[in-house]
Amino acid sequence: MVNGSPIIEGFIEAINLIITLNPQVVEITIRSLYVSLTATFFAALIALPTGALIYFYEFRGKHAVVSTLQTLYALPTVIVGLVMFLLLSNIGPFGFLRLLYTPGGMIATQTVLIIPLLMGLTVSALSGIDRDKRYTITALGASRFQTVTTIIAEARFAVMSGVLLGFGRAISEVGTVMIVGGNIRGATRVLTTAIALNTSMANYSMSIALGIILLAVALGVNIALSLVQRR
Amino acid sequence: MKTNVTILSAGALLVLLVLAIFAGCTGTAPGENETPGATTTTPASGAGVVKIATTTSLENTGLLAELERVYEGENVVDLQFIAQGTGQALDTARRGDVDLVLVHAPALEEEFVDEGYGINPRCIAYNFFIIVGPESDPAGIEGMDPVEAFKTLYIAGTNNTPGVAFVSRGDNSGTHVQEKTLWGEAGYDYDKDILTAGAWYVDAGKGMGDTLILADEKKAYTLTDEGTYLSFKDRLALVPVIEEGTELMNRYSAIAVNPEKHPGTNAKGAVDFINWLVSDEGKELVGDFGTAEFGKPLFIPLYAPECTEPPFNCTCAEPVPVPA
Repeated sequence: MVNGSPIIEGFIEAINLIITLNPQVVEITIRSLYVSLTATFFAALIALPTGALIYFYEFRGKHAVVSTLQTLYALPTVIVGLVMFLLLSNIGPFGFLRLLYTPGGMIATQTVLIIPLLMGLTVSALSGIDRDKRYTITALGASRFQTVTTIIAEARFAVMSGVLLGFGRAISEVGTVMIVGGNIRGATRVLTTAIALNTSMANYSMSIALGIILLAVALGVNIALSLVQRR
Repeated sequence: MKTNVTILSAGALLVLLVLAIFAGCTGTAPGENETPGATTTTPASGAGVVKIATTTSLENTGLLAELERVYEGENVVDLQFIAQGTGQALDTARRGDVDLVLVHAPALEEEFVDEGYGINPRCIAYNFFIIVGPESDPAGIEGMDPVEAFKTLYIAGTNNTPGVAFVSRGDNSGTHVQEKTLWGEAGYDYDKDILTAGAWYVDAGKGMGDTLILADEKKAYTLTDEGTYLSFKDRLALVPVIEEGTELMNRYSAIAVNPEKHPGTNAKGAVDFINWLVSDEGKELVGDFGTAEFGKPLFIPLYAPECTEPPFNCTCAEPVPVPA
């Protein structure tokens, strides 16, 4: 293959792998979706109410909290990986859970990774609701509870796009899942780590096939995002 | 009306999420794909899982996948290999994050056992390290003995001989440890002389497969285990330059993690797997691996009494007592 064109050959083979539903490709794709969807779910469960609380309650240092969250959008994934690795390792404080090198550990790590993003985007989604609208709601005689629920209802699409962005970040990152998951065949190997491994094994067609799928997922998220934003 | 579409899609996503959670709770880990004929029993998580920290050179050859396929076909167990370098694999085992290691750096292994973290080491097989490089051999080291070759490489590299470069694993793996030993035997201090030797010495920090590909791209020399080289041969323009010399012997061993140090580990699972590896069946499998694809076996299994003699000096035959 040294003299052939590995890119074109790899691409053709990759398409073939996807069309024939190669079991390895399917398995890794399902696991990737499972891990990242679950992580997004848990992260949303924690981050959306917390984000709403931060928005609706006035407290000292609120500004600092919001800017910290925004800084954490860019949280380097390998650092999250490192910290979670140290926490989950057998010698770490949560070692007794034996979550290192398991899908559970990967879910926990991705959840931690995207919580700041979801929380921050929830706050800004709620802030994005027109102030006038807010005053109108209050002026129309809504109770505090009604005000809160109305604003949340108004902001739901912006919040949804935040969740989708979080999912996109979770499924496409490689640093944390490599460190915490260990890239174990049939247990913790996901799209990104499988691409890294297959490239290092010079299995370019497998890498390309998995890359196409990852791109398709990202594209799907984007389409969903623009649908949500367009309402 | 557009709103309905979004609500619907939001609902669909939620349902997907919930389904994903349930899929997780019922323990059906997504697709345990086994080849037909192998049992597809998924062991309950925890009890039947054996975690093995191992080297990238074993993973990249495909041997691990083959061992896993056969062993899981005969036993209700889930073997999980984590490919690191030998140094990192031993550290993972020291922390008790795996049940056993499959590694190849005798000096590091001895340390691991002496510290009390590893018990019952068994050597499994060996092959040879080889020095590969560009066919034109710009440093002119072909046919030299390995130590002589390293000396020549150093001199050629530091003199900026055109085309001479050496790619190092740089990850404290077994291969990297072997490389450091060779530099030492050639009379150089690794940290002082080699790491500061100049741009010709490339510290890759990668696994064996990546390092071979990098060396190939750079038309550089590198030290590799024979198994990984053979399995990558058709994708590389690199050729073996030096394949002789007892300094290049590469021995693989399995060592269980001491359950007294880390009570949470799967000691029985580890011992069962080691005993299978030292059994005739395990050794034949290792010894046959690669013959069909590469024309020669990638690993040579060790048998008693050969393994107890120099240069091996290890235990390869006695089964490990199974813990209660």
